[in-house]
Amino acid sequence: MSASHEISHPLSLSGEMQMETGVIINKCYQCGKCSAGCPVATEMDYTPSLVMRMLQTDEPANYDKLLKSMSIWLCVSCEMCLTRCPMEIDIPAIMDNLRQKSMKAKKTNPQARKIISFHKSFLDSINYTGRLYEMGLIVDYKMRTGAMLQDVAIAPKMFFKGKLNPIPEIIKGRKKVAAIFNKVQIKKEEGKQ
Amino acid sequence: MKVGFYPGCSMKGGAQEYQESVTALAKVFDIELVEIPDWNCCGATAAHNLNKELSLSLPARIMALAEREGITDIVVPCAACYNRLSIVKHELEQDPSLSSKVASIIDLKYEGTTNILNIIQFIDKYITDRLEEKVVKPFDYKAACYYGCLLVRPHSILKFDRVEDPQSMDVLVKKAGGNAIDWAFKTECCGAGMSVSRTDTVARLSGNIMKDAADRQAEVVVVACPMCHSNLDMRRPEINKFLNEKIDIPILYISQVLGLAVGIDAKTLGLNRHMTVVNLPERPVKEVPVAEVPQKVVNTQKMEA
Repeated sequence: MSASHEISHPLSLSGEMQMETGVIINKCYQCGKCSAGCPVATEMDYTPSLVMRMLQTDEPANYDKLLKSMSIWLCVSCEMCLTRCPMEIDIPAIMDNLRQKSMKAKKTNPQARKIISFHKSFLDSINYTGRLYEMGLIVDYKMRTGAMLQDVAIAPKMFFKGKLNPIPEIIKGRKKVAAIFNKVQIKKEEGKQ
Repeated sequence: MKVGFYPGCSMKGGAQEYQESVTALAKVFDIELVEIPDWNCCGATAAHNLNKELSLSLPARIMALAEREGITDIVVPCAACYNRLSIVKHELEQDPSLSSKVASIIDLKYEGTTNILNIIQFIDKYITDRLEEKVVKPFDYKAACYYGCLLVRPHSILKFDRVEDPQSMDVLVKKAGGNAIDWAFKTECCGAGMSVSRTDTVARLSGNIMKDAADRQAEVVVVACPMCHSNLDMRRPEINKFLNEKIDIPILYISQVLGLAVGIDAKTLGLNRHMTVVNLPERPVKEVPVAEVPQKVVNTQKMEA
């Protein structure tokens, strides 16, 4: 059982996040083990423990900073923070929640464009065929980001090693998969960036 | 013996050798892997980063399709797919209303009766008992077993192996006649899905892993995840550039290591497909001693306090 002082007010920002993720944000006592173990903390603008502290303040300005941060996109979802947290706080779930809020509010950090483009290309591929079509993903990603020359040298080598499947795997139930995307309100991206 | 099989997208593309080696290994032990009909992608990192409902629905559809076929055990060799399927199964178990919501999204009945096995759990359940008797060519190399993130974390849900110093793969390598070495980067992240969008990050993280393996004189790094494999193997030029040295240690899947040990040829196991050339020195095959029957120790002492 959690002590009552740990529970945020339901109408506060941290309370809302708690409702959505089930994570009690006030449990964090800033030991910093998450930031020490995080493989990408050195590249982040706000380390995981700082993210937790900012959420605890319930300040709209701090929430805004997080939605615009690079940290939420640099997080690789490796789950190290959760593993080493003495309070077993599910920080990866918080990161997912922040990313989704950031997308919804259209506040994504411009420097995260490539990372987000990759995710979008990935989902588009599943939306079209039901499975990930690696070659299609890369072409789609290059179109979005303009990184046309990236990794071109590796492609022929992969092809000769039999690692590039030139034909997409299209499943019979691809319309059913597309219906799932529809129901969770993800649309195929028509215009590429 | 038939076991359900979810290959996942990587195995149909960049990680074909993983599927080839898992299938070949299963065959040696008379196990038929039955692919879940019309399976879809699990959504991987992209789905749970961008849309919670999608990240629940895609794996739920896979499990629902397996249920419809009467499949109970599903072997999921890709650690990332294994992680997503296990987490979704857990979340839907915890929340019946969420489970029925997801069932309506996927338009299929979902009971949550399937049993998700990663590659090591699959081997332990169906193969390990018979492994040592089938070893004809001991894998006599110094091997650094690399587990990565998603095979062992989060422990509260996966309940698989130790989170900081897992042992299950080491045990398998030892049973195959190998020397599983002690090292420090067993569960450090390789950079995962950032391979394309942030190659520098992957070069740094995977570079640190390879550096430790090299410093400890590993002759091979053993993995159980296509994503880990592609970062450590295909990103080797970037890794070597980051480290400013040339590390040519090959990366093998655990199924390839066991496959070699039980006498499957390198081509069938897809060893030729790796970007970092697999050029393990030939070891003279040791005379396999005639199995001595160990004397049974009969413990007559009663366990009394």
